[in-house]
Amino acid sequence: MPAARGATVEFRDVTKRYADQVAVDALSFTVPAGKICILVGPSGSGKTTSLKMVNRLIEPTSGAILIDGQDVLRDDPVLLRRRIGYVIQQVGLFPHQTIADNVATVPRLLGWPADRIAARVTELLALVGLDPERYARRYPAQLSGGERQRAGVARALAAEPPVMLMDEPFGAVDPIVRGRLQQELLRIQQAQGTTVLFVTHDVDEAIRLGDRVAIMRDGKLVQFAPPGELLAHPADEFVSRFVGAESGLKRLEVLTVGGADIDPSVGREKADTNAPLLAPAMTLRQALALMIQRDARLGVVLDGDRYLGVLTLAKIGNMIRTDA
Amino acid sequence: MTEGEPLIRWDWIAGHLDELAFRLGQHLELTFIAVGVGLVIAFGLSLLVLRSPRLEAPVTWITGTLYTIPSLALFALLVPITGLSVVTAEIGLVSYTLLILIRNIVRGIRGVPADVREAAVGMGYAPRQLLWRIEIPLALAVIIAGVRLATISTIGLVTVTALIGQGGFGFLILIGIQRFFSTELIAGAVLSVALAIGADALLVLLQRRLTPWARPA
Repeated sequence: MPAARGATVEFRDVTKRYADQVAVDALSFTVPAGKICILVGPSGSGKTTSLKMVNRLIEPTSGAILIDGQDVLRDDPVLLRRRIGYVIQQVGLFPHQTIADNVATVPRLLGWPADRIAARVTELLALVGLDPERYARRYPAQLSGGERQRAGVARALAAEPPVMLMDEPFGAVDPIVRGRLQQELLRIQQAQGTTVLFVTHDVDEAIRLGDRVAIMRDGKLVQFAPPGELLAHPADEFVSRFVGAESGLKRLEVLTVGGADIDPSVGREKADTNAPLLAPAMTLRQALALMIQRDARLGVVLDGDRYLGVLTLAKIGNMIRTDA
Repeated sequence: MTEGEPLIRWDWIAGHLDELAFRLGQHLELTFIAVGVGLVIAFGLSLLVLRSPRLEAPVTWITGTLYTIPSLALFALLVPITGLSVVTAEIGLVSYTLLILIRNIVRGIRGVPADVREAAVGMGYAPRQLLWRIEIPLALAVIIAGVRLATISTIGLVTVTALIGQGGFGFLILIGIQRFFSTELIAGAVLSVALAIGADALLVLLQRRLTPWARPA
């Protein structure tokens, strides 16, 4: 089955006003097709409200939300929602349906033929790491929290939606499972090409997963940037406090060895024997961990067999301190 | 009761199997119609209450009031209007099911977890699909619990309708009392209790069958 293509999602001056307060205030940003955009901010910042306006569980007071240029407000909300994946923290699996039936929800609503639904369900359960043989006929109550969340992601992706909305999807699972689910989300998202809007209050999660991070406060967009830029150039006091005191260390997670200042002038034979081998795709955090483990002051960077140079501890230190 | 007569004359029972079968049929018919019609009316009223919660107080008040009217009094009031008929019996029997059925249908549907409802709406269930495919199936255990209560109490009340010419097994009890004939009286009483227990057991089985997800793995 061909990978689904993501759609561009654009917020254009979107405002949601309730009787006594403004929940979302003139929000404008664009998520490019196939990217993950994380909406992050303290509670009450309007991030979940913004997300729910995309599939019209909440109607905006003014402004427009465009999916591939089409205003969602012009669409029938029920039909619109069938084209948008939706995952919530409590998952909301239907307790009276098997996992297979849960995953088949939207394809059934869309009237797919039975054999196509069956094939898609099997494919998706495998994709999210739930063995179809073991899990298809179980009921949600028979699954662990992490397994349920996987089933929720499979269900959201079933009809190959160009956009998927995720509202704190990993908020209720323990940190180890959360880390694994995050990794798998990245893998799945890349394989499917879906555009993802993801709400969290965890800034580390935002930095780990986001291609773009939208930081919100009191209904306003404070900063919209790739995570590396966010850490390097926080827009204001609020952002720098929000991303935390260790923003330098966090940057190591988003910067790669390939993007670092590698010194090609040092010959490979000059490097210490205990120097670890590094690949350009590694994060600086992984590189640093290897150097510390081996008690080495530098690492040897190899692209496959090709020697690119050495990366020194001093250079990594520079990257934490200065802008990339 | 006649002197020297045994409490139960089995030969009478053996000789009146046709009569017992007829009364069983009548008892079942009165019960089925009452619970069935009650369920349809209760369902409609429940949907109204769920849609506009301000109707809940008046609906509860009316069905609650019906429930408190003594059955004998209600039948006595209806006889001048609808006569000694099945209709009279059913008006009373249906009235008594409504309070229990509405309460359980409304409670069952309100008890559907908010996250399940949000996921369903968020994935594109239309309101009617949400009701029939998600809310009612999930409310089924609570709804059937209400049907069990309504059925048991209806089976009991059917015996009272003997006084207006209906009654099922209640007719045997009534005649047994009038003739001082203990066999017929006891047969009527025991059989109506057995019918209530049997019907309840069948409904428990039905509920287990209809809600397989609630069973432990």
